[in-house]
Amino acid sequence: MIEVFDLKKAFGASPILDGVNLRIEKGESVVIIGRSGGGKSVLLKQLIGLLKPDAGRVEIEGEDIVPMDERRLLRVRQKFGMLFQGAALFDSMTVAENVAFPFRRRHDLTPADVARKVTEALAMVELSGAENKKPSELSGGMRKRVGLARAIVYQPEIVLYDEPTTGLDPIVSDSIDQLIMRVRDRLQVTTVVVTHDMRSARRVGHRILMLHEKRIYASATPEEIFASQDPVIRRFIEGVSDPKEHYF
Amino acid sequence: MNSPGTKWIAEWLGGLGRIAFLARDAVKSLFTFKVAWRDLSYQIYFIGVKSQSVVLVTGAFTGMVLTAQTYFQFHKVHMDTATLAVVGVSMCSELGPVLTGLMVAGRVGAAIAAELGTMRVTEQIDALRTLATHPVDYLVVPRLSAAHIALPLLTAESIALGIGAGYVVGVYLLGIDPAYSWHNLVKYTKAVDVTIGLIKSFIYGGIVALVGCYKGLNCGEGAEGVGRATTEAVVYSSIAILIANFFLTLVLGKLFQIL
Ligand SMILES: Nc1ncnc2c1ncn2[C@@H]1O[C@H](COP(=O)(O)OP(=O)(O)OP(=O)(O)O)[C@@H](O)[C@H]1O
Ligand SMILES: [Mg+2]
Repeated sequence: MIEVFDLKKAFGASPILDGVNLRIEKGESVVIIGRSGGGKSVLLKQLIGLLKPDAGRVEIEGEDIVPMDERRLLRVRQKFGMLFQGAALFDSMTVAENVAFPFRRRHDLTPADVARKVTEALAMVELSGAENKKPSELSGGMRKRVGLARAIVYQPEIVLYDEPTTGLDPIVSDSIDQLIMRVRDRLQVTTVVVTHDMRSARRVGHRILMLHEKRIYASATPEEIFASQDPVIRRFIEGVSDPKEHYF
Repeated sequence: MNSPGTKWIAEWLGGLGRIAFLARDAVKSLFTFKVAWRDLSYQIYFIGVKSQSVVLVTGAFTGMVLTAQTYFQFHKVHMDTATLAVVGVSMCSELGPVLTGLMVAGRVGAAIAAELGTMRVTEQIDALRTLATHPVDYLVVPRLSAAHIALPLLTAESIALGIGAGYVVGVYLLGIDPAYSWHNLVKYTKAVDVTIGLIKSFIYGGIVALVGCYKGLNCGEGAEGVGRATTEAVVYSSIAILIANFFLTLVLGKLFQIL
């Protein structure tokens, strides 16, 4: 379970998040939507302790992670998997080494076990055969899928996906959505997905949170969100820009 | 209180403090965390083996020019055969470690800062932390230990080659008497000088690796940030080596006098 109380974060003088409260149950799947630059990635990084909030609490299974030092956080993070918006692959390693990285300190697994898990994970993201490529040889969408394989290969309890389907073609996007749902259902994985893709938001989320004006503006089931008459939500899901924003 | 000067000094001291914390973390990690031999040996290869050509050329030409210049001065007072003694002592205790340190700062310090800085701006450091790996354990400790191991070895090579090249220039080019030269070289260059040189180079290895890692891990955003981190790593570690050298000469000199 993830709980966030009154979280505030500013970079320099500009506040990005100002009083975010949310609660995500174990096994629940939550989609976070919101404007580009609205602070979704920043929020996700604070859930896992990569960034420290200026104020507020972030509790993972009842434990406040904000005051923890990096060594304590490393233990908490073993529960987490995270797909970064830019994939964040280790560019000095091959695809297979990237996906095997989470097992680096697992002495209970033989190299053959690890190799089998890596092959399986790469097959799940439809990248069989790319084992020995370097990240620089892959397309953006392929990198993202390697990042996804690396985030789920060790079966974490909580997975955070930052824009998993951005930059993928519709067919691969569909299979990634299916994969996220399969991972979620197989082991009751708590799932947090940040996305701009309304189709996948509707499918993978039990609940949609909308981040607007530095806080959570709405929290409701996909059906409710898509049927909502609230002008802010309607404009967002229909993709209508504010007339004030037309300059030319 | 808020003049740019005070602010600059405060930032500078803050940086020193954070480097000290990084050093403490690295030492703690060295004792609690098992170093991956593969990473360590790769870093020794990268820092030590790959720096050899630069360091050897520097050492050789320094020894040669030092011999020539000393000879021209000493020749005036008919002390030709003392030339190599001067070369020996200065190569061992000052020029060998300092020039090796500076060359390695330029080559390795810059590479470390650029590599870690790029990892930071492309979120690879965040990815490491997410995969329950401490950047100090995984990135800093292998580089720091490798630099501590490699620098004394490189310095020893540079000293040996510098004196050797100086001998060749002195004896075969300038016509100094070989037997007396050798006698004076051995008489005046003590084991202490070599020890001081190696202790110094051990410390310079730490400076280069720590400053490089610190600058890389705390690098600013984007390509510009990486560029700045790289430059600063080289400049700061070079300056730190030169300043440390003065104090080390004083302290170690006094220390070995007492012993
Ligand atoms: N390290 C940082 N330093 C300074 N400002 C930052 C930093 N990281 C993010 N920001 C700022 O915080 C704001 C929110 O960024 P964030 O990446 O969270 O947006 P986002 O909602 O994920 O957008 P997108 O949908 O485009 O990914 C942006 O205005 C960005 O400029
Ligand atoms: Mg983002």
